[in-house]
Amino acid sequence: MTAIDPTQIQAARRAKLFTRINKLDGWFKVLGLSFMTPLLRAAAGDNPKAQGKELWQLLGVPLLAILGFLLLWGNLAPRVVTSLGAIPGPVQVWEQVGVLHADHVAERERETAFMERQDARNAEFIAAGQEDRVRERPYTGSPTYYDQIWTSVKTVFFGFLIATVVAVPLGIAAGLSPTTNAALNPLIQIFKPVSPLAWLPIVTMVVSAVYVTQDGMFSRAFLTSAITVTLCSLWPTLINTALGVASIDRDLISVSRVLKLNTWTKITRLVLPSALPLIFTGLRLSLGVGWMVLIAAEMLAQNPGLGKFVWDQFQNGSSNSLALIMVAVFTIGIIGFLLDRLMYALQSLFTYSNNR
Amino acid sequence: MIRKLLASTSILATLGATALHADTFPEVEDLTLGFIKLTDMAPLAIAYERGYFEDEGLFVTLEAQANWKVLLDGVIDGNLHGAHMLAGQPLAATIGFGTEAHIVTPFVMDLNGNATTVSNEVWDMMRPAIPSDADGKPVHPISARALRPAIEAFADQGRPFNMGMVFPVSTHNFELRYWLAAGGIHPGFYSTDNISGQIGAEAQLSVTPPPQMPATLEAGTISGYSVGEPWNQQAVAMGIGVPVITDLDIFPMRAEKVLGLRADFVEENPNTVRALTRALIRATIWLDADDNANREEAVQIISRPNYVGADPDVLRNSMTGTFEYEQGDIRSVPDFNVFSRYYANFPFTSDAVWYLTQMRRWGQISDAQTDDWYAEIAQSVFLSDLFMDAAQSLVDDGLAPSEMFPFGSDGYRDAVDHAIDGVPFDGRTPNAYIDSLPIGLKGEQVVVGTEVQG
Repeated sequence: MTAIDPTQIQAARRAKLFTRINKLDGWFKVLGLSFMTPLLRAAAGDNPKAQGKELWQLLGVPLLAILGFLLLWGNLAPRVVTSLGAIPGPVQVWEQVGVLHADHVAERERETAFMERQDARNAEFIAAGQEDRVRERPYTGSPTYYDQIWTSVKTVFFGFLIATVVAVPLGIAAGLSPTTNAALNPLIQIFKPVSPLAWLPIVTMVVSAVYVTQDGMFSRAFLTSAITVTLCSLWPTLINTALGVASIDRDLISVSRVLKLNTWTKITRLVLPSALPLIFTGLRLSLGVGWMVLIAAEMLAQNPGLGKFVWDQFQNGSSNSLALIMVAVFTIGIIGFLLDRLMYALQSLFTYSNNR
Repeated sequence: MIRKLLASTSILATLGATALHADTFPEVEDLTLGFIKLTDMAPLAIAYERGYFEDEGLFVTLEAQANWKVLLDGVIDGNLHGAHMLAGQPLAATIGFGTEAHIVTPFVMDLNGNATTVSNEVWDMMRPAIPSDADGKPVHPISARALRPAIEAFADQGRPFNMGMVFPVSTHNFELRYWLAAGGIHPGFYSTDNISGQIGAEAQLSVTPPPQMPATLEAGTISGYSVGEPWNQQAVAMGIGVPVITDLDIFPMRAEKVLGLRADFVEENPNTVRALTRALIRATIWLDADDNANREEAVQIISRPNYVGADPDVLRNSMTGTFEYEQGDIRSVPDFNVFSRYYANFPFTSDAVWYLTQMRRWGQISDAQTDDWYAEIAQSVFLSDLFMDAAQSLVDDGLAPSEMFPFGSDGYRDAVDHAIDGVPFDGRTPNAYIDSLPIGLKGEQVVVGTEVQG
């Protein structure tokens, strides 16, 4: 038996550890946590000085910037006095976060009480032999802040989904056939710059005319918001898909001709894999646009969601209104950021490299 | 705990009562009602929060609306089952001014509750023309004559004198016009081809949704406005304007907001309508009970963001019987918001006729109509029978004393002469009344282009 050199084992272990950290690094980057890599490396004992420098860049500087922003905000805000009082600083805004949460808790308690009353009522009906009068109805109270966030997120994904279903096939068609491209191009050019505020009245009227049922799967307000999102967010996906498909290596197309691949196989085996990075870039842009459009649409049409929350607060004109609107602004920003991260993560999952 | 107990016992009580006559169950139990952020939506909030809707077997969702147009469209297209409406809205919709639809009402939510506010700039121009009392405070009511210097100053600078009201057929539009005309200032005519209502106007009135009034005044787009509370007191709190007159001084004690429902909905669902009316009557009784003793609690409820959402301090002013004119000039106005007293909830035919006379006066009703026409339209929209039916059932159930309701009334209030210009009004003779008003269309007159003919 040869004695094993302990340093060798250690080195092997370290090498293994570092490959693992490097692997994780990819994920950290996707999730926006890139500062974790130097932190882990430093913990694993890798040149602390170099890691410290990187950590400063990735974590220290952003944190300092946020701190500076908060200080500046806290100092400058009270100096601007509006008719509703001074502009709220970070502390007041944070207080309103607590208020909103307390509202949510109180509303849920009322919901429980409502449900208890409903159960009592139903029990009475059963006791009286009137089973046909028993109803299980949802709570009739007002939506809380969390409900509004959830509504907005649901709406944006629904609208985005329709946009994707429409834009990707159209984009592929435009990328493959110059004739289709020529046909679609003017329409894209004209409709792409149209503001959601212009689409909204048209969409509202059309939805009211076409979706007549009152108790369908979706509420009209939901459909109106979602379709407005669709109309504004399909363009980046459409354009990027067309571009991605059109820029496939000509050799690949020639090979497909030689092999006499049918269209379906050609699209799934050749076109999609090569165009995927650009399609995802388009999707990411689309989702970002969709989120911005949604808030505006909700504000204008008073459809449920974060946009309505902002408008309601503006209309309330209470001394807390500005702080509440700022809470919404941060929520909108953070959710927008998370949506972007999500798309970026998906993109990294589906595409191994950007140049295939 | 006590509240819970109370709620469950009252539910048991109603169940006991309703089980006896199963045919009184509401046909539609789940309702969505719209409202605008104003203190006079309080009956809806109170009926919800105090469980009166549930007592009546109704499950109501209350939804704030952006403006009166959106709200009216919501009721017409069925997104809303009913709504807190301006008294003039069902009347105008029925005669086809604006959107045409047969909207009716079995219930008046309140009387009074409006005021007219001018910007600080206009107030400074008005103040010298207003006499002061011993304490140096302006003497109320203030005549619109005091506006004359401001209107002339604006004209000299080449600026239009803009004022805001909330809807073309709103009480506020008619009150503001009434006040201006009584002070000799022409607020302008409507005609069939020009529905801006600014034909020949010295003060140009335009539509602004209630909650946006203070912001629009602050931005300088308008120099004054007529609106319900809390948006006048909000201007005082913000220090951007001065309320100069309340509607109690202009034309007091007529229907202000009503519960607007589609006529076909009312026809198909009589039990639902009765249940709704019962719940709302109970809410207004609570609001006015014991000399407004519950108003403070009502203020706390409607100050929640899902209802009116303004600060309680601002809401409290008008709701508890005081009104702040200039900052610090707080006066007692006990009847500023009347929800139940003076038979407030009864849809008087004469109140509807008054609104129709104002529509005729300013050209929204373009041609002359007979006295009978006024009575017919008023009675087809203000459904006094349905109200009496609901009121009687409350009396039978021991939930309201019978002297609260004008049983046996023919729908006409006694002739009154307490308007700011002293012109007497008798709902039975609308044409004679229209002819006696100082500024406005009379007899067979019509507006053609920018001319009054006939």
